[in-house]
Amino acid sequence: MRILGFSGSLRKDSHNTRLLLEAAKELPEGVEFRLFDGLREVPPYDEDDDRDPAPPAVTRLKDELTAADAVFFSTPEYNFSVPGQLKNAIDWASRPSGQSVLKFTPVAVVGASTGAYGAVWAQAELRKVLGSCGARVVEGEVALGHAQQHFTDGQPLSEDTRTQLRELLTALIAEVQQKPLAA
Amino acid sequence: MSNAIPVGTWASDKVHSTFDFSARHLVVATYRGSLGDIDATLVGNTDGTARLTAAARVASVQTADENLTGHLLSPDFFDAERYPEVTYTATDITRDGDHLVVRGQLTLKGVTKDVTLHGEIVGPAVAFEEQQKLGLTLEGSIDRTEFGITWNANLPTGGLVLGNEVKLVANLELNQA
Repeated sequence: MRILGFSGSLRKDSHNTRLLLEAAKELPEGVEFRLFDGLREVPPYDEDDDRDPAPPAVTRLKDELTAADAVFFSTPEYNFSVPGQLKNAIDWASRPSGQSVLKFTPVAVVGASTGAYGAVWAQAELRKVLGSCGARVVEGEVALGHAQQHFTDGQPLSEDTRTQLRELLTALIAEVQQKPLAA
Repeated sequence: MSNAIPVGTWASDKVHSTFDFSARHLVVATYRGSLGDIDATLVGNTDGTARLTAAARVASVQTADENLTGHLLSPDFFDAERYPEVTYTATDITRDGDHLVVRGQLTLKGVTKDVTLHGEIVGPAVAFEEQQKLGLTLEGSIDRTEFGITWNANLPTGGLVLGNEVKLVANLELNQA
């Protein structure tokens, strides 16, 4: 089983990327984790460019999403919502209409922020967007507030946060393992 | 008392049978869709009992908007991958004149609930080539949230974009087997 980690932040020392890497430590053996690192190269969505062949960065994005059994997103919150570059990549993944590469793909969403709320509004918006793309959105959130205390100041993640990450990943894996009831 | 359903097995004609659904949209309007691929079988027994079984393939959902159709197939709505069929089974069928009351169980998205349908029966009649036909129109309504279909979105002016009550209408043309 392969889970693709997808950070909505481009920053080198991104708290959300760090949160994904911490989450990966909670995965059971036998689950491969890969971090998507091609977000910066995905161009702004333009229907004029949405043709065959697609821009190389879009092809890579779609290939990596397709190859994954599940996608684990971590999003920052910009103005109470999803960062533009993350939304843009999902828009590409969802097009053309009816051919979303996220259709029926199990996904889960977490978030980190420097404020107290851990990107809860962005997480809710991201779940809505992913549902609209046809993804199988796992219920549950992990909201890591004051993320700099952990990823800059060196304070370890609490056991409570690790448990939440582990439970959400367990639910995500269970969705992958639950085969459709009928072909 | 005569039988509710004429004795025999009556199977739906795919081309001339439809299953439509509608829900309140934007507070005041009504949005309609249909499942085009349906099968229904009605059995009238000599002892007066009857049985209706029907199945509709979720993948055949149709609306006026391809984006909406795609969304309806997704886990937010029908979840066509995991629950490819909607089924209805009834053995409690009563008739008063042409009016039918059908009490049965609807299975939608893996959830089974009692749903009563009301409608009319027309026939039997011979349309051509000795083929006996029955016409059945059945209507009912469900609360989609009881079947785990809870998606909604807020309207900018308040309220929600999609109502919870979904009306169901089946128009069945049945051929005697």
